[in-house]
This record gives sequence, structure tokens and C-alpha cells, in this order.
Amino acid sequence: MSFFDKLFGRKNSADSAKERLQLVLIHDRTDLTPAELESLRDDLVATISRHVEIDVTAMQFGVEHDGRSQRLVADIPIKNAARRRASRKSRAK
Amino acid sequence: MPAQVITVTSGKGGVGKTTAVANLAVALASNGSKVVCIDGDIGLRNLDVILGLENRIVYDIVDVIEGRCRLKQAMIKDKKLPNLHLIPAAQTRDKNAVSASDMNRLVKDLRSECDFVLIDSPAGIERGFKNAIAPADRVLVVTNPEVSAVRDADRVIGILEAEDKGPGALIINRLNPILVKKQDMLSADDVLDLLAVELIGIVPEDEGVLVGSNRGMPVSADPKSRAGQAFRNIARRLKGEEVPFLDLDSGVSLWERIQKLAGRK
Repeated sequence: MSFFDKLFGRKNSADSAKERLQLVLIHDRTDLTPAELESLRDDLVATISRHVEIDVTAMQFGVEHDGRSQRLVADIPIKNAARRRASRKSRAK
Repeated sequence: MPAQVITVTSGKGGVGKTTAVANLAVALASNGSKVVCIDGDIGLRNLDVILGLENRIVYDIVDVIEGRCRLKQAMIKDKKLPNLHLIPAAQTRDKNAVSASDMNRLVKDLRSECDFVLIDSPAGIERGFKNAIAPADRVLVVTNPEVSAVRDADRVIGILEAEDKGPGALIINRLNPILVKKQDMLSADDVLDLLAVELIGIVPEDEGVLVGSNRGMPVSADPKSRAGQAFRNIARRLKGEEVPFLDLDSGVSLWERIQKLAGRK
């Protein structure tokens, strides 16, 4: 990494290599393209939303690796029921 | 005791499979083990030149498989290391001349003859690779600290797991400690983190490896070479010894350290 890279706060190339490889390996190992992952996410949101109201903007969704095995990790906040009732009431008025 | 059969593979070409096989063979044979190397790269014969045995070839692996000679006749004995033998690849045939069951049969006959059978796999994940891993008890995956080599190594490790060959053990070859220090090369830890397999050796980049190939004398015979030391350590690990990994920083020359201190590198 050159002096100028450091000066302008550019990331060193080994870190870029590692980050890029992490993503590539997840896709190679799972045979899931980023587009397929996106559509899986949308299906998941649609299914869960039929049962409970969720906060889509705050949800986290992705593939994580644990050694050589991959897992799908979703963290989906459910909207508070009291608040939901309140917002329904205010809408009803 | 029957031989341990070890296949060296990588996915990507040019990462140092053949050099690794030659160096491990020399290191094991110098240590008293009887070693037979098999060049599994049919049509692209190379292990013979790296070992300096290219002028001694009469019969090759396809001659044995097709019954034109006996196994013993195709085994070239290294005059410098009488414990070391090579079964060369055929140069004028292609990979379809050999099947996985041919390899299994050939290696079965060798098991009682020696301590180690080392198989040099061709690059790729096609038939030649499948033939090379078929008889293996253990597979070593060679990679370089570089994006394409690591990605291909991951594919190969995945295939080895799917074929019940175990995950394989990793050799990180051509690691340049100065580039790692400058954070312009993946470190051994980075590569291990990504691939999540057992490590069996880290070999530093070393001009001596090329010089050794030029002369047909693998660098593991040179007691002063750093890469040679790394290969000798892998050979000892294959024999079941616990050998600590090299401190690669001490391999950085004084001049390079001065340059680094002066902020030039």
C-alpha cells in the first residue's frame, strides 16, 4: 500500500481481496446468485407479512459462513402490537 | 507398512503443484522413505524435468496400464536418491487413456513397494483430476495467496468433500512476507479464514525454486533455502511429526528490513 493510498484513506488491497473473496465463495458454495438471494428475501418478507407486521427497513438478511458450512441468517424485527393497534385506531378516525 | 498415497492438486494451474510434488518427494526420500511419484498430467508431462529425470524415460504410465511393460520397468530410479522413483506421464496421449480404476489398480500394486506414493494431479476439475484423487488416502491442495487461486482451491475442497476424500490439507505456496506486511497480499491467516481447512505448510516465495527447476534439482535438497526448509517441514508433517510453522519474517533480508525502516517499501 502506497503512502498516497494511506493519505487518501484508501483500503489496502489485501482487505479488498479478502472481502471480495468472502462474497464470491458464499455464492460458489451455495450456488445462489445475488439476484436469487434477493428474490428469496422478497418471498420471505411476503410470507411473513401475511402473518405478522414486520419492519422491512430494519431487517437483516444474508448468508454467513461458519467454517465450511453456510447458513442463511435473517433478523426480522416485528412491529410492536400496541403501536400497531394505535396506528390502526388513528387511521380509523 | 503399506504406503501412504498422497495426491497434490490445486484447481488453478501454475500455483506450484509439480514443484511441490518434486520437493516433497526429494525431502521424503532424503529422509529415508521410499517414494514413488506419479505424474498424473497425461499429455503435459512435467514432473520428469523438475526432478531432472527427463533423459531416462523409456516407458510411461500408459505403457503400464496398456500392458506394454511391467510396473517396475516404468519406475525410473533417481541416481542421486536411490529411494526416489518416478512413473512419468505419457506425452503423446491424452487423459482419456487412463481411468480412475486404472489408477486404483496401479497404486494398489505400489502400496506394498514403498512408503509414499505421491501423485501430481493436472490442473482443473475434470477427468485427469478425478483420476489423480481416486486412489488417494490424503489430498494436499496447493494455493497461492491470490484471489483466483484461493477461489479455485475452495472449489476443489468442495469437490473433495463431496467425493468423501476428506477436506484436504492446504499448502499456501509463494507467500511473500514483504507484500503481506504492506497489506498488499492475503496473509496465511486470511487464506485459512476463507478456506477453513487444515494447514500443512506455508512456503515463502523463493528464487531458489526456479533455479532448482532450471537445474532439475528441487530446492528441498538445499539446506540453506527457505522454501526448501518449508517443504522439508511439510514432509516431516506427512510422517506424523509435529513441526512448528516457519517464522517467515526472519526470512526478510537485512537490506529489505533497512528499506522498510526507511519507508521505501
